[in-house]
Amino acid sequence: MTAPGTRADGTRADGTRADGAPADGLRADGAPGPAPAYRPPRAAALRRFARAYLARRAGAAGLGILVLAALLALTAPLYIGDGQLDVTRVDGPLLAPPSGAYPLGTDHAGRSVLLLTVWGARSSLAVGCVATVLTVLLGSAVGLVAGHYGGRLGRALMHVTDWFIALPSLPLAISLAAVIGQGPVSITIAIAVTSWSATARLVRAQTIAVGARPFVERARALGAGEAQVMFRHILPNVTPIILVSATLTVASAILSEATLTFLGLGDPTDVTWGSMLSAALSQGAVTYGAWWYLMAPGTAILLVVLGFTLTGRTVEHLLNPRTGGAS
Amino acid sequence: MTLLEVRGLGVSYRSGGREVPAVRGVDLTLDRGETLGLAGESGSGKSTLALSLLRLLPAGTRVEGQVRWEGEDLLTAKWSRVRAVRWAGASVVFQGALSALNPVRTVGDQICEPIVLHEGATRREARRRAGELLESVGVPVRRLDGYPHEFSGGQRQRIMIAMALACRPDLIIADEPTTALDVMVQAQILQLLADLVKEERIAVLMISHDLSVLAQMCDRLAVMYAGQLVETGPSAQLLTDPRHPYTRALAGAFPVIGDPASRRAPSGLPGDPPNQAQLGAGCAFAPRCPEADADCRTGAVQLWPAGPGRDAACLRVLPDGVLPDGALRDGAAERPADGADAVPAEPGGADATGERAGEQAEEQAAPQPAAGTSAGGQS
Amino acid sequence: MSASAPASAAGPTASAGPAEAAPAALEVRGLTVVHPPRGGRGPARAVDGVDLRLEQGEILALIGESGCGKSTLARALVGLTRPTSGEVLYRGTPLRYTGSALKAYRRHTQLVLQDPGGALNPRQTVFDAVAEGPRLHGLKEGLEERVRSALSRAGLRPPEDFLARYPHQLSGGQQQRVVIAGALALDPAVVVADEPVASLDASVRGEILQLVLRLRDELGLSALVVSHDLGLAWNIADRVAVMYLGRIVEVGTVEDVLLRPVHPYTRALLSVLPGPDRGRRPTVLTGEAPDPTAVPAGCRFHPRCPAWAALDGPGREAAGCTVRELPVLTADPGAGRQAACHLVDAAADTPAGGAGTAGAPGGAAQAPGAEDGRG
Repeated sequence: MTAPGTRADGTRADGTRADGAPADGLRADGAPGPAPAYRPPRAAALRRFARAYLARRAGAAGLGILVLAALLALTAPLYIGDGQLDVTRVDGPLLAPPSGAYPLGTDHAGRSVLLLTVWGARSSLAVGCVATVLTVLLGSAVGLVAGHYGGRLGRALMHVTDWFIALPSLPLAISLAAVIGQGPVSITIAIAVTSWSATARLVRAQTIAVGARPFVERARALGAGEAQVMFRHILPNVTPIILVSATLTVASAILSEATLTFLGLGDPTDVTWGSMLSAALSQGAVTYGAWWYLMAPGTAILLVVLGFTLTGRTVEHLLNPRTGGAS
Repeated sequence: MTLLEVRGLGVSYRSGGREVPAVRGVDLTLDRGETLGLAGESGSGKSTLALSLLRLLPAGTRVEGQVRWEGEDLLTAKWSRVRAVRWAGASVVFQGALSALNPVRTVGDQICEPIVLHEGATRREARRRAGELLESVGVPVRRLDGYPHEFSGGQRQRIMIAMALACRPDLIIADEPTTALDVMVQAQILQLLADLVKEERIAVLMISHDLSVLAQMCDRLAVMYAGQLVETGPSAQLLTDPRHPYTRALAGAFPVIGDPASRRAPSGLPGDPPNQAQLGAGCAFAPRCPEADADCRTGAVQLWPAGPGRDAACLRVLPDGVLPDGALRDGAAERPADGADAVPAEPGGADATGERAGEQAEEQAAPQPAAGTSAGGQS
Repeated sequence: MSASAPASAAGPTASAGPAEAAPAALEVRGLTVVHPPRGGRGPARAVDGVDLRLEQGEILALIGESGCGKSTLARALVGLTRPTSGEVLYRGTPLRYTGSALKAYRRHTQLVLQDPGGALNPRQTVFDAVAEGPRLHGLKEGLEERVRSALSRAGLRPPEDFLARYPHQLSGGQQQRVVIAGALALDPAVVVADEPVASLDASVRGEILQLVLRLRDELGLSALVVSHDLGLAWNIADRVAVMYLGRIVEVGTVEDVLLRPVHPYTRALLSVLPGPDRGRRPTVLTGEAPDPTAVPAGCRFHPRCPAWAALDGPGREAAGCTVRELPVLTADPGAGRQAACHLVDAAADTPAGGAGTAGAPGGAAQAPGAEDGRG
């Protein structure tokens, strides 16, 4: 609200009384010629959005966390060799507390917890993001169709959704792991299959609410077909709820990934945050008082979830013309 | 003693670090059995004014002036006293009857609640009284156990009125009570309120943007613009012979059927309501006023006597040759003596509004001379 | 009245002759809309047999209480609601309910809704809202110019100041102007407005009505304005149709219907108009708006009819309001003022079909119930 970059439209709102003098924001980045550009070109709009986004501290912090995590995860193979993660080849002290050589201490096999955590981000983020994309795509599609078209199709879709809502995620994940085999793929599918139904419910409710608003009727009266109503009117007004749902889903997906791996459904050779937690517990980190072993992956999960939440909230804030004004 | 007396009431909200006035220097009086209509467009401060009377405004709102309930200033009174007035003295009927009723409780329960709480009645007594109240607003007693959604809009508004009557109030503040209703249902509600005033000697403060509804219901009208009263007086006169151009615009918005002047000629008021955070010197209405001249934009206005029992805040009501500053120096009560034409004001009859000009004179004296110097040429 | 009437040949006051020549801008014949049963109630006969014509360049006000079917009729007129039976004719051609026919039709007939705040997508700028119609109809050429011109015709000047704004940055009146501009951007021949000023402030109301009048005078637009406000009809309309429980009960020129009403329902509506005259006794009908799932037999107004209530036993029997069906009023404006009331028929001594065709003030004076309501 207070971000200076977002106030271009706000000043115009205030300037209602002083008609005649078009707000400068309107013409500043306008096209050449006498006709003022009522809408800046796409690139400029993106730049404006980026400026407004970065001006919001929470958003910048959230994005910073995510970018950092992603960079670390992507570049990890450059500075982490096999030798540092292989239980048979490391030579550090066992369960040593943080020190100069091992900033976050070591695990039960003498590996650096810092390196493990960085490496673990690769799998955790990948599973979390892919599961979220699947969830949101499936859930939104089902929710939009069920909410918009209603009738027999909508009811049928909702019955299916209800059925999936009732599915317990853990047994499903265990069965899937049994069928597909252990590893990130089955975990991703298990997460997506069990969480899309909540998104679908949410999106459907919002779709119905938006569909009942007069501007949808106005669009129909203007000659809009179902697809146009859907993409121009319903979808933009359902987007915030989809975004919110996505940030929540990504958080819970990362947690689910950790849980499922913790339970031993992941690839036993892969390092993820969940498997680290699992190993820490099973190898007696609690008994030894090796808090660093639990703390590192736990904090990593917390930070990434926080990053997604902050980012999602900021994006929604800016996309809403009422609060953001940058579009 | 006067039931309700408002003196110099000002309300301002904090918005974006600034104080934005919503109500400025309002004086009103209302006695038992009297009906006062408060008119104005959205944003004029009329609802804020009504809420401030019972200190119903959100925290952080600044309220100044006096709201005397039977002589006692509610703005400085203890909370317990304010609460007592809220349930036993004055009730508010809000606009949206559906949202003001609790959807998961029967209407009977909701009417009974204040009776049990505040009058110490037993449930059985309260239920009997709730039945009577429903009957008196024209809803069958057997519907006591119905839920709000089972009633139509008009019936819900009646139930709201029944709830307002539950503790036998002296005053009902009705904020747009008929706005969402059909003409026929509106007529029913207005008739119900009118009967209540007649039979129970209840005072009514009714708020609406529809001058014709107010005129039908109320003895006196007060028209509000940008947080200030711009005209007060007997309702029929205000509607048929408005002295302030804004009142004229409001009155013209609802045509009299059969009046050739309004046939195929809807009258409206160009422009938008002013942003109260940015009011300049001069009359707040001047930017939209069809009759405004240079004096209006510079000289401050206040309510001046504009006929028997009437006041208007418009330079046009000042008789020829009388300067605003002269009027202020001499006091409103004396001024009409030298105002030869058209303004045979009788200050005594201008209930509660006559003495106002004098009070406001001091605070507004400063900007006046500037206006006075140029006001001579005004017709 | 014709002094300020539109230039159109088939003006509202024109006799039956020319009405045949120029097809009506919009006409409905035998229109019924029945909503399927819901929540344990029977089917709702929202519109129950309506014939109505909107001449070219005419402003017709459709008046009634909420629930009388006026909004459903308006939606049927713009093709949003498919009638159960009957037809909608645009310039004499029946509307077909296929995708392409409807889309073509919607270029010519526009709907303006009651709540301008809700009628605008909060995530669309004014430009996008106004450009929506032209874009949907593939009018990409000169889109910007089209939008600008629509905005200034709707009174938003200069249009540049509004293009990039969002609905929440506009006042209620400005929002309604944007909605109207959105309709004008397609250069429609007919505008159907459903309570266009009901949610606006009193001071803005007149401004919007002036705009509707001016659009008719300058662009020759035909407009059907749905409202519960008789004052609106007096302000802008050429003719009025009063609707009750799915039927038109009285129709005629504004002067005939509003100054010399014959139907007891119209009289009651007129009598309850608020005003400063506090001495008169309005005819306040009891009860709420009637229920379209249970339409009474005979005259559908008789349970609330003050004129019928005033009759004595034999009189009631003779009038037969509870048993005799009333004919559907004809759509032909040439037929003059008509009212669907047995009591008017009896008094005016004309055959039921031609009911108020006499249309004379005399008929009104003879109508029972004339004593009440209007001073």
